[in-house]
Amino acid sequence: MEQQLQQLKEEALEAIASAADVKSLNGVRVKYLGKKGPITDLLKGMGKLPAEERPKMGALVNEVRGEVTAELESRMAALEEEAVARKLDAESIDVTLPGTPVKTGNHHPLTRIIEEIEDFFISMGYEVAEGPEVEKDYYNFEALNLPKGHPARDMQDSFYITEDILLRTHTSPVQARTMEIKKGKPFKIICPGKVYRRDNDDATHSHQFTQIEGLVVGEDIRMSDLKGTLDRFAKKMFGEEREIRLRPSYFPFTEPSVEMDISCFKCGGSGCNVCKKTGWIEILGAGMVHPNVLRMGGYDPDVHSGFAFGMGPERIAMLKYGIEDIRHFYTDDLRFIGQFRRTEG
Amino acid sequence: MKISLNWLSDYVDIEGVEPAELAEKITRSGIEVDAVDDRSKGLKNIVVGHVLECNRHPQADKLNICRVDVGEEEPSQIICGAPNVAAGQKVVVARPGARLPGGVKIKKAKLRGEESHGMICSLQELGFDGKVVPKAYASGIYVLPADARPGEDALALLGLDDTVLELDLTPNRSDALSMLGVAYETAAILSRDVKLPETAHEEAAEPASGHLSLRIDAPEANPLYAAKIVRNVKVGESPEWLKARLMAAGVRPLNNIVDITNYVLMEYGQPLHAFDYDRLGTGEIAVRHAAEGEVIQTLDGTERKLEPHHLLITNGRQPVAIAGVMGGANSEVHDGTTTVVIEAAYFDPASVRKTSRELGLRSDASTRFEKGVDTNRVIEAGERAAALMADLAGGEVLSGTVLFDALDKEPKRVTVSPDFINERLGMKIPFEEMEEILDRLQFPYEAVNGQFVIDAPTRRVDISIPEDIVEEIARLYGYDEIPATLPVMESLPGGLTLYQKKRRSVRRYLEGAGLYQAITYSLTSEQESQQFALETAPVTRLLMPMSEERSTLRQSLLPHLLEAVTYNTARQTSSVALYEVGSVFLGKGEDGLPAEVEHAAGAVTGEWTGGGWQGGQKPVDFYTVKGIVEGLAAELGLSGKLTFRKGAMDGLHPGRTADVLLDGERVGIIGQLHPSEQKARDLKDTIVFELNLERLLKEKTEPLLYTPVPKFPSISRDIALVVPKAIQAATLQTTIRANAGNMLKDIRVFDVYEGDRMEEGLKSIAFSLTYLDPERTLTDEEVSEAHCRIVAALEEEGAQVRN
Ligand SMILES: [Zn+2]
Repeated sequence: MEQQLQQLKEEALEAIASAADVKSLNGVRVKYLGKKGPITDLLKGMGKLPAEERPKMGALVNEVRGEVTAELESRMAALEEEAVARKLDAESIDVTLPGTPVKTGNHHPLTRIIEEIEDFFISMGYEVAEGPEVEKDYYNFEALNLPKGHPARDMQDSFYITEDILLRTHTSPVQARTMEIKKGKPFKIICPGKVYRRDNDDATHSHQFTQIEGLVVGEDIRMSDLKGTLDRFAKKMFGEEREIRLRPSYFPFTEPSVEMDISCFKCGGSGCNVCKKTGWIEILGAGMVHPNVLRMGGYDPDVHSGFAFGMGPERIAMLKYGIEDIRHFYTDDLRFIGQFRRTEG
Repeated sequence: MKISLNWLSDYVDIEGVEPAELAEKITRSGIEVDAVDDRSKGLKNIVVGHVLECNRHPQADKLNICRVDVGEEEPSQIICGAPNVAAGQKVVVARPGARLPGGVKIKKAKLRGEESHGMICSLQELGFDGKVVPKAYASGIYVLPADARPGEDALALLGLDDTVLELDLTPNRSDALSMLGVAYETAAILSRDVKLPETAHEEAAEPASGHLSLRIDAPEANPLYAAKIVRNVKVGESPEWLKARLMAAGVRPLNNIVDITNYVLMEYGQPLHAFDYDRLGTGEIAVRHAAEGEVIQTLDGTERKLEPHHLLITNGRQPVAIAGVMGGANSEVHDGTTTVVIEAAYFDPASVRKTSRELGLRSDASTRFEKGVDTNRVIEAGERAAALMADLAGGEVLSGTVLFDALDKEPKRVTVSPDFINERLGMKIPFEEMEEILDRLQFPYEAVNGQFVIDAPTRRVDISIPEDIVEEIARLYGYDEIPATLPVMESLPGGLTLYQKKRRSVRRYLEGAGLYQAITYSLTSEQESQQFALETAPVTRLLMPMSEERSTLRQSLLPHLLEAVTYNTARQTSSVALYEVGSVFLGKGEDGLPAEVEHAAGAVTGEWTGGGWQGGQKPVDFYTVKGIVEGLAAELGLSGKLTFRKGAMDGLHPGRTADVLLDGERVGIIGQLHPSEQKARDLKDTIVFELNLERLLKEKTEPLLYTPVPKFPSISRDIALVVPKAIQAATLQTTIRANAGNMLKDIRVFDVYEGDRMEEGLKSIAFSLTYLDPERTLTDEEVSEAHCRIVAALEEEGAQVRN
């Protein structure tokens, strides 16, 4: 019987080894280990053995059954693995094909610049103030120390609607309106928006464009505060290495008035085509609020002072992104707008 | 303003300062120097020549063979094509090896078989702007005075050994519209002195007042009028140095009398006028306002019709000049003039400005008068001109000045404390340094009780308040010296308003949904201004548009947005999705200003989904865009509040247009462009929307509060209906909702079919209904009961329920 058992084991192991797939291996399981299989038969035949041989034979049969079962299971695992591998292989794809495009749009470059500027000044405690694009002559000019007949009105030929109403030529009327609203309280605002001037559209002129102005009014606001604010702004917007310089200039609504240059971000100041070989790039105009402007806004210039600055997002975008023609901003060509999607830095 | 440094150095010593350095200093301290023009740059080997002989070239009609003495032993043969070349002339010769502007090199050459050793030059060839070249030499070579010596360097004679600074003046610095003004500025910067021009001259015993009477009828507009008379003048060409200076300043020389008035204009910034005394004819000058409809022929030969507020210089009978703007043709100085009346006057800036604008006449004179000339140098400038006429035109100056003078020439007194200056600047400039700067500026002052009491010179019309002194001190002390600080003030919260925040999320949402932001023009044609307007109002039109195309403010964003779509599709971008956030302008708002209402609009055309190699391309349709609008409503917390109904608008497809409603009020529109509109705009199917964004953003929304996640399962039931095509989904939903009881949580349309398999005029529509009770598990029986009620109600309304 022992011999019979040994032979049975060898037979079973060979059948397991030669089973080519899960199905035939299951056949082997039924054949050798099933309820009607030879090993079960052997166990059933134990009763016929003498009592003293039973434990030894029983152990032997169980050992064989264990060995066969283990081998069967390991073979089963191997075959299943193979089957999975074949299936996966059949499912493989060309991962170098392009992915499904995600359809999203993006900001217009001017909005991108304006929001960047807004966010910087918001972080410095400024509010964003807005006002109408169609303005009264009073807010656009008179309240800004530009009475009728003032020679500086020539600087900005305007689109009038009536004698007293025009398309605003700058965002400064928002400053005048804000002073009226704030009623003598200190404040810090920036005013972004569309403005209009009587210009023929060409590569450097647009009858419609955007501006951002800032205004800070309080007690003891100094010109050094203006310089410090602009210095931080320039570094944030154009890079930490930027230097600024102020040059005297003239605006009717500020006194003193300055223009701010930044050291060229392309060449670092050694001179290139962006800075026209000067090492400096003109970015914005600024100054200390003219006492007449404060007075007309309801502030006492003996108590209050302030500074103001203004810049053109178009110019900043043109410098920053190397855009050569202002008309691109108003053509809305997707091949243009679509380029202003990614983050920088 | 063009500043010749040779000329400038008459008044201020600029020795030892390189032109570029001077330009930088002037720029940094207040007046922007636009260009530094080294006029001798690129010029070499250019000498005076004496034309000894001049003969017609045998082979060429238009060429002359000249023998020219250029200061060497042998005369040079030079071929010259200029029509005005002649023997005996002193001319400018570019010798072989010479360089001319633009990199032109002169070499020995053969012209039609004849050798030419150089070139006889016109002024243009030497780099002069044709506009300043004297008319006599405008189309030929330039002829030098007879005393020029052959072989002498011609550059110095022509004033080309000079550098010209081009100043870009801000409107406040009208003082720098003169050489003297720039001299004061330069002197302040370099800490040097100013030397004034010579005005002394001999005068005849005979008084001018014996020959001229003066009457000023409008003293407000003309508070000062000074007339000098110079007789026995010889009108002719000005000396070379004077012509050279005028040309450097951008003025064309004419004759010595006119040139002198222009020279003094440039020198003092004081416009002068020279009348021919005999042509004046009456021995009288009367200044008055024009009569209604009065006419004058100005120097440029144009007849000008005048208004009663235009100020005239007359001879007592008829106008001879428009005051401060332009002289009249009838009294002009000419070659035969022998007696000249020099007018030096002060005209009211506003009056000159108004007149020159209205007549479209801007001259060197009017630009200076309208900014205000130096009240204390008017008479002096007249004396200077008389001195020059005596000197350069051989004239005899009659004694005295015929004068009307009611002009206030007091300097403006400005009192300012050093503390104020330092506080305003955030600096600590010592008192002595401020004093030094005021001295350099030549601002007379006294220090009284620690305050500066300054009498601002009348040449500086821009100085009148303490802040002006702050600027003067700061710009000369140097803006680089100002420290960088931040405002010290009560801390303010800052940030965006709720409205501004919402607007930013609208932009981000629309971009996330696939639309690109456009910015278009607000001005459009009047005809297009109201197309697609949600609400029309009176149009806002410009008084003087530059073109009809940009004459009127828009009442809808869509026309320009669609223009942008067409622009893109015409350039191979077939799928375009754009949006814009901007204002529309509805006339007759408050205060006479139009109401500006912020709108959001979008336009989408082409493929919407797919487009990759996987296929599945699907063109945009009405529902794509409606989905975007619904998503926007969800973004703004207005999901339940925003409703849609069949709508209509010119230019949109009548069957594919929806009104967007908020509380029953139309706040927007969604639709497909009308096929004829699409054709006109050369577009394929294009879906648009426009919303009154302001109305949406101002709508108050409920605070965002969490709803508990359901603990109990929901139950779904589907209903498939066959209904007439005209029945709207919304109607069926209303019926369903009305009969479902409060267990119904959600209705979703999941299928609509109108194809061949349906009977004519019918469609099938299938809803999926979700029932839920947050407090307990629903039983099948209660749901079935509700479902039966719904089915019954729908059948009652004529729907067939399919199973
Ligand atoms: Zn550079």
